[in-house]
Amino acid sequence: MSAQTNPAGRGRQKGRHVVARVDEIADGASKLVHVEGRAIALFNVKGEFFAIANRCPHEGADLCKGKIVALIESDEPGVVRLSRHGELVRCPWHGWEFDIRTGKSWCDPTRTRVKSYDVAVESGARLVEGPYEAEVYKVAVEDRYVVIEV
Amino acid sequence: MEAPVIERPQQADQQLGVVDCDVHPAFSTPTELANYLPARWKAHVRDYAARSGNPLLGTLPYPRISPGNGMRRDSWPPNGGPPASDLDFLREQLLEECNIEFGILQPLAAGSMAFNQELGAALCTAINDWQIDKWAEPEPRLRASICIPQEDVKASIAEIESRIGDNRFVQIAMPPRTLEPAGRKRYWPIYEVAQHYDLPIGLHTGAFGYRPNTPAGWSSFYIEEHFAASNSLQTVMASMIMEGAFEAFPKLKIVLVEGGFSWVPSLGWRMDREWKRMRDEVPHVKRLPSEYMRENFWYTTQPIEEPEHNRHLYDILRWIGADRLMFSTDYPHWDFDDPRYAFKVPLEPAEKSAIFRDNAISLFKLS
Repeated sequence: MSAQTNPAGRGRQKGRHVVARVDEIADGASKLVHVEGRAIALFNVKGEFFAIANRCPHEGADLCKGKIVALIESDEPGVVRLSRHGELVRCPWHGWEFDIRTGKSWCDPTRTRVKSYDVAVESGARLVEGPYEAEVYKVAVEDRYVVIEV
Repeated sequence: MEAPVIERPQQADQQLGVVDCDVHPAFSTPTELANYLPARWKAHVRDYAARSGNPLLGTLPYPRISPGNGMRRDSWPPNGGPPASDLDFLREQLLEECNIEFGILQPLAAGSMAFNQELGAALCTAINDWQIDKWAEPEPRLRASICIPQEDVKASIAEIESRIGDNRFVQIAMPPRTLEPAGRKRYWPIYEVAQHYDLPIGLHTGAFGYRPNTPAGWSSFYIEEHFAASNSLQTVMASMIMEGAFEAFPKLKIVLVEGGFSWVPSLGWRMDREWKRMRDEVPHVKRLPSEYMRENFWYTTQPIEEPEHNRHLYDILRWIGADRLMFSTDYPHWDFDDPRYAFKVPLEPAEKSAIFRDNAISLFKLS
C-alpha cells in the first residue's frame, strides 16, 4: 500500500509505503524490505520502529543481518559504560556500528553513514480510510502497520 | 577511511572473473577430518586429541566475533553446519555472488602445528585428501594447497612429492610462525623441492603457531592479534632474504597471505639502507634486498589497506608493483573483502586485471 503525499509541498513527491505488520518484527529484530527499488533495513527498538538503508557504505554487506548491540564507552581505563541498549547495529562483516536512529556510524558519523527513513506506525483502520492504496499488504482494520516514507 | 565509497564504480571486471587467493574451507563436524586418518592416528586422536599450539582443541588463542569465532554473520549455510562447510552454499555466496573464476583453498587446520610431529604429518595428508575429496574434485573452480608439516622436512617433501602430477594442487602451504625463522637452512630442502616443481609457497598468517604472536609475547587483545599478523610475515621476508635463500633458490616463489602490504615498501627501504652499510655481514646476499622482494614475493590483498586518504593506495601500489598483488576475500571470515568494493580508488584496466585475476592465473598456472 502506498500513497503520494507531500506535506512540505516542495521537492520530490514522497510516497508512504506500508512495509510490515507491527507484530512481524519482534523487539530487537530486523526485517529487510524493498521500497521503490531500495533495500531498507527495518528495526524494532523496544517497540519503536526505525528504517535505514540496508547496504553498508564500507563494503556493501546487509545491515539487516547485523547484530543489534549497545553503545560501549569508557572515560578511563577500567571503567566501562554501556548505554543505548539495542540502538546500534553492527555490520555483519567488518563490525562497523551504525546508530539505528540516525544511520550514522559511530566511528565516522559525518562521512560513513547510511540514509535514514521516516517511519510511522498506523492503525489498519486509518490506512483503510486512505489516501493509501494497497500494493503488497492486505490491510486489516484491526491490525497496526509500519509505514515508511520514501 | 574517506567518504562513503559504495557508490563508486565496481572494481572487479565482471566479464573476466576474479581469482580469490584465500578461501577457508571448513569441516562440517569436528570429527570430519578423522575420517581421512589411518586407523592408527584415528585412535590416537580419539584417545589423546590433536594437540597443537592451540590451548584447547576447537578454540583459538584469541576467540573472536562469537558465535563462530570470526565468521561473517551471514555465512551460516541454510542447510546447517558451520560457515564454509557446505559446498553448495559456498558456490552461491562466494563463487557466484563474487564472480570467482578460481578460488585457492587455504585450510587452517592444525596439521602443521601439531606438537606430535608424526601426527602432524598424518593430519596434513588427511587435510590434503579432504581438500580434493570434498572441494576440488566436485568443484573445479576450487584449487587446493599442499599442507605440510614443515618442522619435519623429510615428511614434508614426501607429502609434496606424493601430490606432484595432481594439478588441482597449486601451491605448498606452510605457516609463518615456525620453530625457527623461515630463512633458516633447516627449511631449505622444502624450498629446493618447491623450486624444482615450480610450486609457489603460500604462508598464510596464523591465529596460532609455535611462537607467540608478537616478539614480546602474547598480546592482550584480539584487536592487537589481528594486525600482529603483519610482523610474522615481515619476519618471514627478512629472514629468507638475509639468509640467502633466494641466492640458493632464485626461482622460489613466496606468497604472503593475509598480512597486509602497505608495510612492504618501507621494509624494503630499510633493508636496502642497512645492506648498503653492512652487506659485508651477509656477503651471500648479493643484491639489494628489495630486488628479491620484487622477484620472489607476492602479496594477497585482504584485509585491504584503508589509508586516511584513499588516493594514497596508488602510491603504495606503485611502490610495490601491480604485478605483485593478488586479490583475496578470506571467505568466510568476518574481515572478508568483496571484489566489487574492496579497492576504494579506481584502478587502471591493466592494473585491475593483473590484481584481480592475471597475476594469480600465471603464478598458479590456473586453467
